[in-house]
Amino acid sequence: MNLVRVVAAIPEAMLILALPPLLLNIAVKIKAWFAGRVGPPWLQPYYELYKLLNKGAVYSKTTTWVFRAGPIVNLAALLTAATLVPVLSPDSLLGFPGDVILLAYLFALGRMFTVLAAMDTGSSFEGMGASREVTFGTMSEPAFFLSLIVLAIATTSLQLSQMVGPHLYEVWHTVGPAMLLVVGALMIVLLTESCRVPVDDPATHLELTMIHEVMVLDHSGPDLAYITYGAALKFLLLGSIMLHAALPHPEWPLWVDAPLRFIELAALAALVGVIESSMARLRLNRVPLLLAAATVLAALAAVLTLTGSMT
Amino acid sequence: MSAQMATNAVLVLVILLNLGMLAVSRLASGVRLFALQSLLLAFLPVAEEMLEGEPLGLHALLIGGGTIAIKVVLVPYVLLRIIRTGEIHREVEPFIGFAASVFFGALLVVGSFAVASRLPLPTPPVSKLIVPVALSTVVLGLLTLVSRLKAITQVLGFLVLENGVFILGLLLLKQTPLLVELGILLDLFVGVFIMAIVVYHIRREFDHMDAHLLDTPKES
Repeated sequence: MNLVRVVAAIPEAMLILALPPLLLNIAVKIKAWFAGRVGPPWLQPYYELYKLLNKGAVYSKTTTWVFRAGPIVNLAALLTAATLVPVLSPDSLLGFPGDVILLAYLFALGRMFTVLAAMDTGSSFEGMGASREVTFGTMSEPAFFLSLIVLAIATTSLQLSQMVGPHLYEVWHTVGPAMLLVVGALMIVLLTESCRVPVDDPATHLELTMIHEVMVLDHSGPDLAYITYGAALKFLLLGSIMLHAALPHPEWPLWVDAPLRFIELAALAALVGVIESSMARLRLNRVPLLLAAATVLAALAAVLTLTGSMT
Repeated sequence: MSAQMATNAVLVLVILLNLGMLAVSRLASGVRLFALQSLLLAFLPVAEEMLEGEPLGLHALLIGGGTIAIKVVLVPYVLLRIIRTGEIHREVEPFIGFAASVFFGALLVVGSFAVASRLPLPTPPVSKLIVPVALSTVVLGLLTLVSRLKAITQVLGFLVLENGVFILGLLLLKQTPLLVELGILLDLFVGVFIMAIVVYHIRREFDHMDAHLLDTPKES
Protein backbone atom coordinates (compact mmCIF):
# COMPACT_ATOMS: atom_id res chain seq x y z
CA MET A 1 0.00 0.00 0.00
CA ASN A 2 1.77 3.13 -1.19
CA LEU A 3 1.29 6.74 -0.19
CA VAL A 4 -0.82 7.64 -3.24
CA ARG A 5 -3.25 4.89 -2.27
CA VAL A 6 -3.56 6.20 1.31
CA VAL A 7 -4.16 9.77 0.17
CA ALA A 8 -6.59 8.63 -2.50
CA ALA A 9 -8.59 6.71 0.11
CA ILE A 10 -10.04 9.90 1.64
CA PRO A 11 -11.72 11.31 -1.48
CA GLU A 12 -12.71 7.77 -2.39
CA ALA A 13 -14.52 7.29 0.92
CA MET A 14 -16.33 10.60 0.39
CA LEU A 15 -17.31 9.55 -3.11
CA ILE A 16 -18.64 6.21 -1.83
CA LEU A 17 -20.74 8.10 0.71
CA ALA A 18 -22.02 10.57 -1.87
CA LEU A 19 -22.72 8.22 -4.77
CA PRO A 20 -25.61 5.91 -3.73
CA PRO A 21 -28.60 8.27 -4.07
CA LEU A 22 -27.32 9.45 -7.45
CA LEU A 23 -27.10 5.87 -8.72
CA LEU A 24 -30.67 5.07 -7.81
CA ASN A 25 -31.74 8.32 -9.42
CA ILE A 26 -30.16 7.13 -12.67
CA ALA A 27 -32.53 4.14 -12.58
CA VAL A 28 -35.46 6.48 -11.85
CA LYS A 29 -34.42 8.76 -14.74
CA ILE A 30 -34.23 5.84 -17.16
CA LYS A 31 -37.69 4.70 -16.11
CA ALA A 32 -39.00 8.23 -16.66
CA TRP A 33 -37.44 8.39 -20.13
CA PHE A 34 -39.04 5.07 -21.04
CA ALA A 35 -42.39 6.52 -20.03
CA GLY A 36 -41.75 9.69 -22.06
CA ARG A 37 -41.25 11.97 -19.05
CA VAL A 38 -38.26 14.04 -18.03
CA GLY A 39 -37.93 12.60 -14.54
CA PRO A 40 -36.80 14.28 -11.34
CA PRO A 41 -33.72 16.55 -11.29
CA TRP A 42 -30.38 14.79 -10.81
CA LEU A 43 -29.99 16.05 -7.24
CA GLN A 44 -33.59 15.30 -6.18
CA PRO A 45 -32.72 12.37 -3.87
CA TYR A 46 -30.25 14.59 -2.00
CA TYR A 47 -32.94 17.28 -1.49
CA GLU A 48 -35.28 14.60 -0.20
CA LEU A 49 -32.71 13.26 2.22
CA TYR A 50 -32.02 16.82 3.43
CA LYS A 51 -35.72 17.47 3.86
CA LEU A 52 -36.26 14.25 5.82
CA LEU A 53 -33.24 14.91 8.05
CA ASN A 54 -34.66 18.27 9.05
CA LYS A 55 -38.02 16.85 10.03
CA GLY A 56 -38.97 15.55 13.43
CA ALA A 57 -39.75 11.88 13.93
CA VAL A 58 -43.05 10.51 15.20
CA TYR A 59 -42.97 7.40 17.36
CA SER A 60 -45.95 5.26 18.21
CA LYS A 61 -46.54 4.53 21.91
CA THR A 62 -46.41 0.78 21.36
CA THR A 63 -42.85 0.89 20.04
CA THR A 64 -39.76 0.39 22.15
CA TRP A 65 -36.09 1.20 21.71
CA VAL A 66 -35.82 -1.57 19.09
CA PHE A 67 -37.92 0.51 16.71
CA ARG A 68 -35.64 3.53 17.16
CA ALA A 69 -32.47 1.44 16.90
CA GLY A 70 -33.54 -0.37 13.71
CA PRO A 71 -32.69 2.25 11.06
CA ILE A 72 -29.52 3.35 12.89
CA VAL A 73 -28.12 -0.18 13.29
CA ASN A 74 -29.03 -0.94 9.67
CA LEU A 75 -27.21 2.14 8.40
CA ALA A 76 -24.22 1.53 10.69
CA ALA A 77 -23.92 -2.09 9.49
CA LEU A 78 -24.05 -0.99 5.86
CA LEU A 79 -21.52 1.80 6.40
CA THR A 80 -19.16 -0.69 8.03
CA ALA A 81 -19.72 -3.04 5.11
CA ALA A 82 -18.83 -0.17 2.76
CA THR A 83 -15.31 -0.12 4.19
CA LEU A 84 -14.83 -3.77 3.18
CA VAL A 85 -16.10 -3.64 -0.40
CA PRO A 86 -13.91 -2.40 -3.25
CA VAL A 87 -16.09 0.16 -5.01
CA LEU A 88 -14.17 2.52 -7.26
CA SER A 89 -10.61 1.32 -6.78
CA PRO A 90 -9.47 -2.32 -6.72
CA ASP A 91 -8.78 -2.04 -2.96
CA SER A 92 -11.30 -1.77 -0.18
CA LEU A 93 -10.71 0.85 2.49
CA LEU A 94 -10.17 -1.54 5.43
CA GLY A 95 -9.92 -5.00 3.89
CA PHE A 96 -8.32 -7.86 5.82
CA PRO A 97 -8.16 -11.64 5.18
CA GLY A 98 -11.51 -13.17 6.04
CA ASP A 99 -13.43 -9.91 5.74
CA VAL A 100 -15.96 -11.58 3.45
CA ILE A 101 -17.45 -13.41 6.44
CA LEU A 102 -17.82 -10.17 8.36
CA LEU A 103 -19.47 -8.65 5.29
CA ALA A 104 -22.04 -11.44 5.13
CA TYR A 105 -22.86 -11.03 8.82
CA LEU A 106 -23.09 -7.23 8.54
CA PHE A 107 -25.71 -7.58 5.81
CA ALA A 108 -27.55 -10.11 8.00
CA LEU A 109 -27.37 -7.79 11.04
CA GLY A 110 -28.85 -4.89 9.06
CA ARG A 111 -31.64 -7.09 7.81
CA MET A 112 -32.36 -8.48 11.27
CA PHE A 113 -32.76 -5.03 12.83
CA THR A 114 -34.97 -3.76 10.00
CA VAL A 115 -37.20 -6.79 10.50
CA LEU A 116 -37.23 -6.44 14.30
CA ALA A 117 -38.12 -2.76 14.03
CA ALA A 118 -40.99 -3.65 11.71
CA MET A 119 -42.32 -6.25 14.14
CA ASP A 120 -41.88 -3.89 17.08
CA THR A 121 -44.67 -1.64 15.77
CA GLY A 122 -47.16 -4.38 16.58
CA SER A 123 -48.84 -3.87 13.20
CA SER A 124 -49.88 -7.10 11.51
CA PHE A 125 -49.30 -5.40 8.16
CA GLU A 126 -45.65 -4.75 8.93
CA GLY A 127 -45.38 -8.26 10.32
CA MET A 128 -46.43 -9.53 6.91
CA GLY A 129 -43.74 -7.44 5.23
CA ALA A 130 -41.17 -8.74 7.71
CA SER A 131 -42.26 -12.30 7.01
CA ARG A 132 -41.83 -11.79 3.26
CA GLU A 133 -38.47 -10.08 3.66
CA VAL A 134 -37.14 -12.94 5.76
CA THR A 135 -38.57 -15.58 3.43
CA PHE A 136 -36.83 -14.10 0.42
CA GLY A 137 -33.73 -13.35 2.49
CA THR A 138 -33.30 -17.01 3.43
CA MET A 139 -33.44 -17.85 -0.25
CA SER A 140 -31.15 -15.16 -1.60
CA GLU A 141 -28.47 -15.64 1.06
CA PRO A 142 -27.48 -19.17 -0.07
CA ALA A 143 -27.08 -17.85 -3.61
CA PHE A 144 -24.92 -14.96 -2.34
CA PHE A 145 -22.76 -17.19 -0.13
CA LEU A 146 -22.30 -19.83 -2.82
CA SER A 147 -21.22 -17.12 -5.27
CA LEU A 148 -18.69 -15.84 -2.74
CA ILE A 149 -17.48 -19.42 -2.18
CA VAL A 150 -16.90 -19.86 -5.91
CA LEU A 151 -14.93 -16.60 -6.01
CA ALA A 152 -12.94 -17.72 -2.96
CA ILE A 153 -12.10 -21.09 -4.53
CA ALA A 154 -11.21 -19.57 -7.88
CA THR A 155 -8.85 -16.98 -6.40
CA THR A 156 -7.79 -18.98 -3.28
CA SER A 157 -8.36 -15.96 -1.07
CA LEU A 158 -10.84 -14.94 1.60
CA GLN A 159 -10.31 -11.21 1.29
CA LEU A 160 -13.01 -9.58 -0.77
CA SER A 161 -10.72 -7.14 -2.58
CA GLN A 162 -8.53 -10.09 -3.64
CA MET A 163 -11.51 -12.27 -4.50
CA VAL A 164 -12.80 -9.76 -7.01
CA GLY A 165 -9.44 -8.20 -7.81
CA PRO A 166 -7.09 -8.46 -10.81
CA HIS A 167 -6.56 -12.20 -10.14
CA LEU A 168 -9.98 -12.77 -11.55
CA TYR A 169 -8.66 -11.73 -14.94
CA GLU A 170 -6.91 -15.10 -15.33
CA VAL A 171 -9.79 -16.96 -13.69
CA TRP A 172 -12.10 -15.75 -16.45
CA HIS A 173 -9.72 -17.27 -19.01
CA THR A 174 -9.71 -20.69 -17.36
CA VAL A 175 -13.21 -21.12 -15.90
CA GLY A 176 -15.15 -18.51 -17.88
CA PRO A 177 -18.50 -20.36 -18.03
CA ALA A 178 -18.51 -20.90 -14.26
CA MET A 179 -17.82 -17.19 -13.70
CA LEU A 180 -20.70 -16.33 -16.01
CA LEU A 181 -23.01 -18.42 -13.80
CA VAL A 182 -21.73 -16.59 -10.70
CA VAL A 183 -22.38 -13.21 -12.29
CA GLY A 184 -25.91 -14.31 -13.17
CA ALA A 185 -26.53 -15.44 -9.59
CA LEU A 186 -25.10 -12.19 -8.18
CA MET A 187 -27.32 -10.14 -10.50
CA ILE A 188 -30.45 -11.90 -9.19
CA VAL A 189 -29.22 -11.43 -5.61
CA LEU A 190 -28.63 -7.73 -6.33
CA LEU A 191 -32.16 -7.26 -7.67
CA THR A 192 -33.65 -9.15 -4.72
CA GLU A 193 -31.67 -7.50 -1.95
CA SER A 194 -32.14 -3.98 -3.26
CA CYS A 195 -35.89 -4.62 -3.79
CA ARG A 196 -35.90 -3.97 -7.52
CA VAL A 197 -38.46 -5.08 -10.03
CA PRO A 198 -38.64 -8.79 -10.70
CA VAL A 199 -38.97 -9.29 -6.93
CA ASP A 200 -40.30 -6.06 -5.45
CA ASP A 201 -41.41 -2.77 -6.94
CA PRO A 202 -39.85 0.25 -5.21
CA ALA A 203 -42.35 2.64 -6.81
CA THR A 204 -45.55 1.12 -5.48
CA HIS A 205 -47.51 1.64 -2.32
CA LEU A 206 -50.02 -1.08 -3.10
CA GLU A 207 -50.44 -3.45 -0.20
CA LEU A 208 -50.03 -6.67 -2.09
CA THR A 209 -46.91 -5.75 -4.01
CA MET A 210 -44.80 -4.34 -1.22
CA ILE A 211 -42.11 -6.24 0.61
CA HIS A 212 -39.53 -3.75 1.73
CA GLU A 213 -41.81 -0.71 1.70
CA VAL A 214 -44.23 -2.40 4.10
CA MET A 215 -41.61 -2.75 6.79
CA VAL A 216 -40.69 0.92 6.85
CA LEU A 217 -44.19 2.42 6.78
CA ASP A 218 -44.04 3.61 10.38
CA HIS A 219 -40.64 5.25 10.17
CA SER A 220 -40.58 8.99 9.66
CA GLY A 221 -38.17 11.91 9.50
CA PRO A 222 -34.47 11.17 9.97
CA ASP A 223 -35.18 7.44 10.43
CA LEU A 224 -36.74 7.26 6.98
CA ALA A 225 -33.77 9.17 5.57
CA TYR A 226 -31.40 6.57 7.08
CA ILE A 227 -33.45 3.76 5.58
CA THR A 228 -33.64 5.31 2.10
CA TYR A 229 -29.94 6.07 2.14
CA GLY A 230 -29.15 2.59 3.49
CA ALA A 231 -31.10 0.92 0.67
CA ALA A 232 -29.19 3.00 -1.90
CA LEU A 233 -25.87 2.14 -0.22
CA LYS A 234 -26.74 -1.56 -0.27
CA PHE A 235 -27.41 -1.31 -3.99
CA LEU A 236 -24.01 0.36 -4.49
CA LEU A 237 -22.17 -2.31 -2.45
CA LEU A 238 -23.79 -5.37 -4.02
CA GLY A 239 -23.57 -3.74 -7.44
CA SER A 240 -19.83 -3.14 -7.03
CA ILE A 241 -19.24 -6.73 -5.93
CA MET A 242 -21.09 -7.94 -9.02
CA LEU A 243 -19.28 -5.52 -11.35
CA HIS A 244 -15.85 -6.36 -9.98
CA ALA A 245 -16.63 -10.06 -10.47
CA ALA A 246 -18.10 -9.54 -13.93
CA LEU A 247 -15.53 -7.15 -15.39
CA PRO A 248 -12.16 -7.64 -13.71
CA HIS A 249 -9.71 -4.90 -14.62
CA PRO A 250 -6.02 -5.69 -14.96
CA GLU A 251 -3.78 -3.51 -12.83
CA TRP A 252 -4.47 -0.16 -14.40
CA PRO A 253 -3.45 3.16 -12.81
CA LEU A 254 -6.03 4.58 -10.44
CA TRP A 255 -6.96 7.53 -12.64
CA VAL A 256 -8.09 5.12 -15.39
CA ASP A 257 -9.59 2.52 -13.09
CA ALA A 258 -11.79 4.62 -10.81
CA PRO A 259 -13.63 6.67 -13.49
CA LEU A 260 -14.18 3.49 -15.50
CA ARG A 261 -15.75 1.80 -12.46
CA PHE A 262 -17.98 4.83 -11.99
CA ILE A 263 -19.18 4.57 -15.60
CA GLU A 264 -19.83 0.85 -15.10
CA LEU A 265 -21.85 1.51 -11.93
CA ALA A 266 -23.91 4.11 -13.79
CA ALA A 267 -24.45 1.61 -16.60
CA LEU A 268 -25.57 -1.00 -14.05
CA ALA A 269 -28.09 1.44 -12.55
CA ALA A 270 -29.29 2.21 -16.09
CA LEU A 271 -29.63 -1.53 -16.75
CA VAL A 272 -31.77 -1.88 -13.62
CA GLY A 273 -33.90 1.01 -14.92
CA VAL A 274 -34.29 -0.76 -18.29
CA ILE A 275 -35.26 -4.02 -16.55
CA GLU A 276 -37.85 -2.18 -14.48
CA SER A 277 -39.30 -0.45 -17.53
CA SER A 278 -39.47 -3.55 -19.68
CA MET A 279 -40.78 -6.24 -17.37
CA ALA A 280 -43.46 -6.64 -14.73
CA ARG A 281 -42.91 -7.73 -11.16
CA LEU A 282 -43.09 -11.50 -10.73
CA ARG A 283 -46.06 -13.02 -8.98
CA LEU A 284 -45.21 -13.49 -5.31
CA ASN A 285 -45.29 -17.28 -5.55
CA ARG A 286 -42.99 -17.29 -8.59
CA VAL A 287 -40.25 -15.35 -6.77
CA PRO A 288 -38.93 -18.44 -4.91
CA LEU A 289 -38.39 -20.09 -8.29
CA LEU A 290 -36.22 -17.14 -9.39
CA LEU A 291 -34.21 -17.29 -6.18
CA ALA A 292 -33.91 -21.08 -6.47
CA ALA A 293 -32.55 -20.48 -9.97
CA ALA A 294 -29.93 -18.10 -8.55
CA THR A 295 -28.91 -20.68 -5.94
CA VAL A 296 -28.72 -23.40 -8.57
CA LEU A 297 -26.58 -21.19 -10.84
CA ALA A 298 -24.15 -20.53 -8.01
CA ALA A 299 -24.15 -24.19 -6.92
CA LEU A 300 -23.42 -25.32 -10.47
CA ALA A 301 -20.55 -22.84 -10.67
CA ALA A 302 -19.22 -24.18 -7.36
CA VAL A 303 -19.34 -27.75 -8.68
CA LEU A 304 -17.59 -26.72 -11.91
CA THR A 305 -14.76 -24.93 -10.11
CA LEU A 306 -14.41 -27.56 -7.37
CA THR A 307 -14.15 -30.53 -9.72
CA GLY A 308 -11.82 -28.54 -11.97
CA SER A 309 -13.52 -29.98 -15.01
CA MET A 310 -13.27 -26.86 -17.11
CA THR A 311 -9.65 -27.28 -18.20
CA MET B 1 -8.14 -23.02 -26.75
CA SER B 2 -11.13 -20.92 -27.76
CA ALA B 3 -12.90 -23.92 -29.32
CA GLN B 4 -12.35 -25.71 -26.00
CA MET B 5 -13.87 -22.75 -24.15
CA ALA B 6 -16.82 -22.69 -26.54
CA THR B 7 -17.39 -26.43 -26.05
CA ASN B 8 -17.36 -25.98 -22.28
CA ALA B 9 -19.72 -23.02 -22.48
CA VAL B 10 -22.10 -25.04 -24.65
CA LEU B 11 -22.04 -27.96 -22.22
CA VAL B 12 -22.75 -25.68 -19.24
CA LEU B 13 -25.61 -24.11 -21.20
CA VAL B 14 -26.98 -27.60 -21.87
CA ILE B 15 -27.23 -28.25 -18.10
CA LEU B 16 -28.90 -24.87 -17.58
CA LEU B 17 -31.44 -25.64 -20.32
CA ASN B 18 -32.13 -28.98 -18.63
CA LEU B 19 -32.87 -27.23 -15.35
CA GLY B 20 -34.90 -24.63 -17.23
CA MET B 21 -37.06 -27.41 -18.67
CA LEU B 22 -37.76 -28.55 -15.11
CA ALA B 23 -38.78 -25.02 -14.12
CA VAL B 24 -41.16 -23.98 -16.90
CA SER B 25 -44.81 -24.83 -16.66
CA ARG B 26 -45.79 -23.96 -20.22
CA LEU B 27 -45.50 -27.04 -22.42
CA ALA B 28 -44.60 -24.94 -25.48
CA SER B 29 -41.69 -23.24 -23.68
CA GLY B 30 -40.40 -26.66 -22.65
CA VAL B 31 -40.43 -27.83 -26.27
CA ARG B 32 -38.61 -24.65 -27.38
CA LEU B 33 -35.96 -25.13 -24.71
CA PHE B 34 -35.47 -28.67 -25.96
CA ALA B 35 -35.09 -27.42 -29.55
CA LEU B 36 -32.49 -24.88 -28.39
CA GLN B 37 -30.60 -27.58 -26.49
CA SER B 38 -30.55 -29.85 -29.53
CA LEU B 39 -29.36 -26.96 -31.71
CA LEU B 40 -26.43 -26.38 -29.33
CA LEU B 41 -25.62 -30.08 -29.33
CA ALA B 42 -25.68 -30.24 -33.13
CA PHE B 43 -22.62 -27.99 -33.28
CA LEU B 44 -20.61 -30.12 -30.84
CA PRO B 45 -19.42 -32.87 -33.28
CA VAL B 46 -18.17 -30.19 -35.68
CA ALA B 47 -16.45 -28.28 -32.85
CA GLU B 48 -14.84 -31.50 -31.69
CA GLU B 49 -13.31 -32.19 -35.10
CA MET B 50 -12.05 -28.62 -35.27
CA LEU B 51 -10.57 -28.95 -31.79
CA GLU B 52 -8.50 -31.90 -32.85
CA GLY B 53 -7.22 -29.95 -35.83
CA GLU B 54 -8.63 -32.23 -38.47
CA PRO B 55 -10.38 -31.31 -41.70
CA LEU B 56 -14.13 -31.40 -41.39
CA GLY B 57 -15.28 -34.93 -41.98
CA LEU B 58 -18.51 -36.03 -43.61
CA HIS B 59 -19.28 -37.99 -40.46
CA ALA B 60 -19.47 -34.96 -38.12
CA LEU B 61 -21.38 -32.88 -40.65
CA LEU B 62 -23.94 -35.64 -41.21
CA ILE B 63 -24.49 -36.10 -37.47
CA GLY B 64 -24.85 -32.34 -36.96
CA GLY B 65 -27.15 -31.94 -39.96
CA GLY B 66 -29.27 -34.96 -38.98
CA THR B 67 -29.64 -33.62 -35.43
CA ILE B 68 -30.78 -30.23 -36.68
CA ALA B 69 -33.22 -31.74 -39.16
CA ILE B 70 -34.82 -34.16 -36.72
CA LYS B 71 -34.44 -32.75 -33.22
CA VAL B 72 -34.50 -29.02 -33.92
CA VAL B 73 -37.08 -28.87 -36.70
CA LEU B 74 -39.17 -32.01 -37.04
CA VAL B 75 -39.77 -33.21 -33.47
CA PRO B 76 -40.49 -29.74 -31.98
CA TYR B 77 -42.81 -29.04 -34.91
CA VAL B 78 -44.78 -32.24 -34.23
CA LEU B 79 -44.92 -31.56 -30.48
CA LEU B 80 -45.94 -27.90 -30.85
CA ARG B 81 -48.65 -28.99 -33.26
CA ILE B 82 -50.05 -31.46 -30.72
CA ILE B 83 -49.98 -28.79 -28.02
CA ARG B 84 -51.76 -26.32 -30.28
CA THR B 85 -54.50 -28.73 -31.28
CA GLY B 86 -54.70 -30.39 -27.86
CA GLU B 87 -55.68 -27.16 -26.10
CA ILE B 88 -53.55 -28.09 -23.13
CA HIS B 89 -50.82 -25.54 -22.57
CA ARG B 90 -49.67 -25.95 -19.00
CA GLU B 91 -48.41 -28.59 -16.66
CA VAL B 92 -50.84 -27.88 -13.84
CA GLU B 93 -50.03 -30.13 -10.93
CA PRO B 94 -46.78 -32.04 -11.37
CA PHE B 95 -45.95 -34.83 -8.91
CA ILE B 96 -42.96 -32.74 -7.78
CA GLY B 97 -43.36 -28.94 -7.71
CA PHE B 98 -41.32 -26.69 -9.98
CA ALA B 99 -39.00 -25.12 -7.40
CA ALA B 100 -38.60 -28.51 -5.68
CA SER B 101 -37.76 -30.27 -8.94
CA VAL B 102 -35.18 -27.60 -9.80
CA PHE B 103 -33.51 -28.14 -6.42
CA PHE B 104 -33.72 -31.92 -6.80
CA GLY B 105 -32.34 -31.57 -10.33
CA ALA B 106 -29.41 -29.54 -9.04
CA LEU B 107 -28.67 -32.30 -6.51
CA LEU B 108 -28.73 -34.85 -9.31
CA VAL B 109 -26.29 -32.69 -11.31
CA VAL B 110 -23.92 -32.60 -8.33
CA GLY B 111 -24.33 -36.37 -8.04
CA SER B 112 -23.46 -36.93 -11.69
CA PHE B 113 -20.32 -34.80 -11.32
CA ALA B 114 -19.33 -36.95 -8.33
CA VAL B 115 -19.96 -40.18 -10.24
CA ALA B 116 -18.28 -38.97 -13.43
CA SER B 117 -15.03 -38.19 -11.62
CA ARG B 118 -14.78 -41.88 -10.70
CA LEU B 119 -15.39 -43.30 -14.17
CA PRO B 120 -12.22 -44.30 -16.01
CA LEU B 121 -12.32 -43.59 -19.74
CA PRO B 122 -10.45 -45.58 -22.42
CA THR B 123 -9.57 -42.43 -24.39
CA PRO B 124 -9.09 -38.95 -22.90
CA PRO B 125 -12.23 -36.91 -23.67
CA VAL B 126 -12.19 -33.64 -25.57
CA SER B 127 -13.58 -31.85 -22.54
CA LYS B 128 -13.75 -33.17 -18.99
CA LEU B 129 -17.28 -31.85 -18.84
CA ILE B 130 -18.67 -34.29 -21.41
CA VAL B 131 -19.21 -37.27 -19.10
CA PRO B 132 -20.80 -35.37 -16.16
CA VAL B 133 -22.99 -33.33 -18.51
CA ALA B 134 -24.10 -36.46 -20.36
CA LEU B 135 -24.92 -38.22 -17.08
CA SER B 136 -26.83 -35.26 -15.68
CA THR B 137 -28.77 -34.82 -18.91
CA VAL B 138 -29.80 -38.47 -18.72
CA VAL B 139 -30.90 -38.30 -15.05
CA LEU B 140 -32.66 -34.95 -15.50
CA GLY B 141 -34.50 -36.42 -18.49
CA LEU B 142 -35.54 -39.32 -16.28
CA LEU B 143 -36.66 -36.88 -13.57
CA THR B 144 -38.86 -35.06 -16.09
CA LEU B 145 -40.19 -38.39 -17.26
CA VAL B 146 -41.29 -39.55 -13.81
CA SER B 147 -42.36 -36.28 -12.20
CA ARG B 148 -44.75 -34.86 -14.78
CA LEU B 149 -48.31 -35.79 -15.57
CA LYS B 150 -48.86 -34.70 -19.12
CA ALA B 151 -47.95 -37.09 -21.89
CA ILE B 152 -46.21 -34.29 -23.83
CA THR B 153 -43.81 -33.52 -20.98
CA GLN B 154 -43.07 -37.22 -20.66
CA VAL B 155 -42.17 -37.35 -24.35
CA LEU B 156 -39.97 -34.32 -23.67
CA GLY B 157 -38.23 -36.17 -20.82
CA PHE B 158 -37.58 -39.09 -23.15
CA LEU B 159 -36.09 -36.72 -25.75
CA VAL B 160 -33.82 -35.05 -23.18
CA LEU B 161 -32.67 -38.50 -22.08
CA GLU B 162 -31.75 -39.24 -25.69
CA ASN B 163 -29.81 -35.94 -25.84
CA GLY B 164 -27.76 -37.22 -22.90
CA VAL B 165 -26.99 -40.42 -24.81
CA PHE B 166 -25.99 -38.25 -27.78
CA ILE B 167 -23.51 -36.26 -25.66
CA LEU B 168 -21.98 -39.50 -24.39
CA GLY B 169 -21.75 -40.66 -28.01
CA LEU B 170 -19.57 -37.63 -28.78
CA LEU B 171 -16.80 -39.30 -26.79
CA LEU B 172 -16.67 -42.10 -29.30
CA LEU B 173 -17.25 -40.07 -32.43
CA LYS B 174 -14.25 -41.68 -34.14
CA GLN B 175 -15.08 -45.20 -33.09
CA THR B 176 -18.83 -45.27 -33.59
CA PRO B 177 -19.92 -46.03 -37.13
CA LEU B 178 -22.24 -43.52 -38.69
CA LEU B 179 -24.85 -46.20 -39.13
CA VAL B 180 -25.31 -46.63 -35.36
CA GLU B 181 -25.85 -42.92 -34.79
CA LEU B 182 -28.26 -42.55 -37.65
CA GLY B 183 -30.06 -45.60 -36.31
CA ILE B 184 -30.46 -43.84 -32.95
CA LEU B 185 -31.84 -40.74 -34.66
CA LEU B 186 -34.27 -42.87 -36.65
CA ASP B 187 -35.37 -44.73 -33.51
CA LEU B 188 -35.97 -41.41 -31.83
CA PHE B 189 -38.04 -40.13 -34.70
CA VAL B 190 -40.13 -43.28 -34.85
CA GLY B 191 -40.53 -43.17 -31.06
CA VAL B 192 -41.80 -39.61 -31.07
CA PHE B 193 -44.02 -40.39 -34.02
CA ILE B 194 -45.65 -43.30 -32.19
CA MET B 195 -45.96 -41.25 -28.99
CA ALA B 196 -47.60 -38.45 -30.94
CA ILE B 197 -50.20 -40.87 -32.19
CA VAL B 198 -50.67 -42.32 -28.69
CA VAL B 199 -51.04 -38.84 -27.21
CA TYR B 200 -53.58 -38.01 -29.85
CA HIS B 201 -55.57 -41.11 -29.00
CA ILE B 202 -55.37 -40.53 -25.24
CA ARG B 203 -56.76 -37.08 -25.80
CA ARG B 204 -59.53 -38.27 -28.09
CA GLU B 205 -60.65 -40.97 -25.69
CA PHE B 206 -60.36 -39.12 -22.38
CA ASP B 207 -60.44 -35.41 -23.30
CA HIS B 208 -57.12 -34.79 -21.56
CA MET B 209 -53.50 -35.89 -21.65
CA ASP B 210 -52.92 -37.02 -18.05
CA ALA B 211 -50.92 -40.18 -18.48
CA HIS B 212 -51.12 -41.32 -14.86
CA LEU B 213 -54.78 -42.28 -15.26
CA LEU B 214 -53.56 -45.10 -17.48
CA ASP B 215 -51.95 -46.69 -14.41
CA THR B 216 -55.28 -47.85 -13.06
CA PRO B 217 -57.22 -49.45 -15.85
CA LYS B 218 -60.83 -50.13 -15.10
CA GLU B 219 -63.58 -51.84 -16.94
CA SER B 220 -66.15 -49.64 -18.50
